[in-house]
Amino acid sequence: MTALSRREFLQAAGVLIVSYSSASLLEPLAFGQGLFDTHVSHVDPHQLDSWIAIAADGTVTAYTGKCELGQGMLTAQSQLVAEELSVPLARVRLIQCDTDLCPDQGTTSGSQSSPVNFNDRNLAQAAATAREALLGLAATKLGVPAADLAIADGTIMAKSDKTKRVTYGELVAGRKFNLPLSTTAKRKTAGEWKVLGTPAKRLDMAAMVTGQLEYVHNVYVPGMLHGRVVRPPRLGATLVDVDESSVSRIPGVVKVVVRKNFVGVVAERQWQAAQAAQQLKAQWSGGGNLPVQGEFYDRLRTMKPSRDAFVVNSKDVDEKFAQAASVIKATYLHPYQAHASLGASCAVADVRDGKATIWSPTQSVYPTRSGVAMLLGLPPESVRVIYTRGSGCYGLNAADAVSYDAALLSHAVGRPVRVQLTRQDEFISESYGYAYVIDQRIGVDHEGTIVAWDYEAWWPSLGFRPGYDKPGNVITGFLAGFEPERVTGQPAGEVTAFQNRINPAPSYVAGCVGGNCGGAGKVRSERVLEHNVPSPFFTGPLRAPNRVQNTFAHESFIDEAAAHVKADPVAYRLRHLREERLIEVVRQAAKAAGWDPRPSPKPTASGGSASGRGIACVAYSGNNGYVATVAEVEVDRGTGQVRVKRFVVAHDCGPISNPDGLKNQIEGGTLQGMSRALGEEVSWDDQNVTSVDWGTYHSLPLGFEVPAVETVLINRTGVPATGAGETAITVVAAAIGNAIFDATGARIREVPFTPERIKTALAATASQ
Amino acid sequence: MSAINLIVNGHAYMVDVDPATPLLYVLSDDLHLRGPKFGCGLGQCGACTVLVQGHAIRSCVTQVGTMKGAEITTLEGLGSIDRPHPLQQAFIDEQATQCGFCLSGVILEATALVDANPDPSDSDIQQALSGVLCRCFVHTRMLRAIKRYAREKKA
Repeated sequence: MTALSRREFLQAAGVLIVSYSSASLLEPLAFGQGLFDTHVSHVDPHQLDSWIAIAADGTVTAYTGKCELGQGMLTAQSQLVAEELSVPLARVRLIQCDTDLCPDQGTTSGSQSSPVNFNDRNLAQAAATAREALLGLAATKLGVPAADLAIADGTIMAKSDKTKRVTYGELVAGRKFNLPLSTTAKRKTAGEWKVLGTPAKRLDMAAMVTGQLEYVHNVYVPGMLHGRVVRPPRLGATLVDVDESSVSRIPGVVKVVVRKNFVGVVAERQWQAAQAAQQLKAQWSGGGNLPVQGEFYDRLRTMKPSRDAFVVNSKDVDEKFAQAASVIKATYLHPYQAHASLGASCAVADVRDGKATIWSPTQSVYPTRSGVAMLLGLPPESVRVIYTRGSGCYGLNAADAVSYDAALLSHAVGRPVRVQLTRQDEFISESYGYAYVIDQRIGVDHEGTIVAWDYEAWWPSLGFRPGYDKPGNVITGFLAGFEPERVTGQPAGEVTAFQNRINPAPSYVAGCVGGNCGGAGKVRSERVLEHNVPSPFFTGPLRAPNRVQNTFAHESFIDEAAAHVKADPVAYRLRHLREERLIEVVRQAAKAAGWDPRPSPKPTASGGSASGRGIACVAYSGNNGYVATVAEVEVDRGTGQVRVKRFVVAHDCGPISNPDGLKNQIEGGTLQGMSRALGEEVSWDDQNVTSVDWGTYHSLPLGFEVPAVETVLINRTGVPATGAGETAITVVAAAIGNAIFDATGARIREVPFTPERIKTALAATASQ
Repeated sequence: MSAINLIVNGHAYMVDVDPATPLLYVLSDDLHLRGPKFGCGLGQCGACTVLVQGHAIRSCVTQVGTMKGAEITTLEGLGSIDRPHPLQQAFIDEQATQCGFCLSGVILEATALVDANPDPSDSDIQQALSGVLCRCFVHTRMLRAIKRYAREKKA
């Protein structure tokens, strides 16, 4: 075919252009905001060519700002593009998260971009736009109306005359579309899916299991040096002096780099850098003075400044408690937990001649580009961040910090530098998942029905994701002189709308604000008050941030209420729930588990070992996925050891893109939740964090008695897709805690459920 | 620095390094192998595992100088994308991975176990994998893949 000029191409597709709701495309958007949660950058998110390119051989290249973190996004997004364009999965090539090539889609985070949370926006809409454009081009070329065209395997043909056919490659042949992204291009419905909705195998699986996949740890740039960092020995210490001569005898040392309180070494070889970092003599002053860990939870209640907010406040809870037949109250405690990625973080930077290239495992390539630019005093346009796979992160591990480390060290020596953090570096200064103290009260009437629920929580924070302008939010930026986000005081004001994004409100309250009730439950006397207070440690999102902690408290406490009125925990939940999708997962989980309806605890069986079952459920983020999990446990009364025998998880995230990928997420999330519930806690002394390795931070290894994880997938095709990466983990601690209570009558209100805590709770129960 | 001869995945190499250098750094930085990975550097997690004469060892705490002439196999030496080792194939069949960072530890420990003990019990597998971590917690699938491999090997 003859090559179309840009003008001819546009004319050929003109019918599409006029069909756009161009008004919405031209409306001024908020500063920096693009369509579909994108941000405007040099890769214009409103242009189809920013997302999709078709080569002469028909290969579809898709550019995405959402990255494969191990959760299956590479495959799920490729399925999505293959589906909308009607091409085989193998013909799609996905370019992920490179700031020179891909649109700015902010951060790839579990709750927002799990495999199934992509169906309605961004890339899929671009692929649908491309399909419509291709149909328009084919109609012109073949001389048949678009309505008479069908697509199969990247070939468009006339239904009435199958000899009239043209391939995508012939139509486009590597040229650009030069079309705006259509907001109205028709998406395929779940009923039409051929590639989506199938358990497509992970496209990267064979490369991973044979050691062929390139991780950031494997990036090699010619002339590359090796860097290590030297973090302060006490949290908050400031640097007084560095004795460079202390490492001058180590061969290969290129430079000791100091930038305010940031210290690093660069050497020819990794072993030399490791030795230099260990042997470097640096003098530090101040820091330490950490609060006593044993008193920390109490201290949180009085910490100032405090940022207070009501999520809901019916202003009648005290009155209802006074009228209630009885009132129960309890305090729940959740520790700081670490992301504790298997691989300590690594990044490679090449900063030379006023330009920087960073190979980074960050979830946020564009924000990292801005952060690096600020650290180095470069314009963001001079920085390129190329996402390269790291160890699974589960949120804000040290991926951003190590990217800054590499940038600073490379900048200082003018050569490419690879930085490998040590396990200790990462454990002592990563951005931990939040600690929580949660006080709750429930009032019940004479029938045992809940009439009022009161929740009040204190949670400490320091920093967060760096975003586009806060490199001080993680350790490296802070050490180099940038300020982190700190809590500022604010009294709780009037609630204007019910918003349960981080799940402070239990599923059983009605969430009524201004006459609208957005909660998943029926309890109308409701008060949910949060106090965000300063943290001595950096904090940041860790898989299902805040939701895990809040749900542990809510779902344990609803069980306490059920036991208080001697009701079956499943029936008692259903009695107070209103949200149909949550009700359905509870029913399905109970059914699949063969739930025996009766109150907890189980009538006591004597002996050393006790077995029991517990359930917990959540409407994740209020409406972003629904899950209920039944846990079955055995508790050894003598040792306090808990063995989980079985999990049954019922899950509803709307239409399912890849059922096997979803199962993998549910299974992994559930067992990760079990590890967090049973063993994981960051500890510290007066100087610094003392969880520094796998001997002092307790993750379940592969070799333990692994429980069965059975899944019930509810594939709801008539609703928008929701998140699926963080739902399952959210309920695990409560499900296990409730099962321990069912087995023994002992209620554990502090995570993790260590044998010592269980024995203490058993002793307290026995003495009652 | 001293010249050290290594046999890795059937190929002979000569490297000129400090003999105290951890084997992992030589495999990664000098031979550019991607299988063994830096997890903790302490021999606690398994990510750096390689096979030496059929035994799984932690390359991050093994000095390269002690490996002269030893036959070392890394994850990529076990099988290739076109011809995966049967255990690697079992992992593909069970889709037993998320981020993949732990695979050298899991697959090589399991290979060493099943090669030495063709009919491992659950507790044998637990014992063998007690020093291996997977933080994505793909445990159920990985155990299924290992058992499938053992079963197929026996048959």
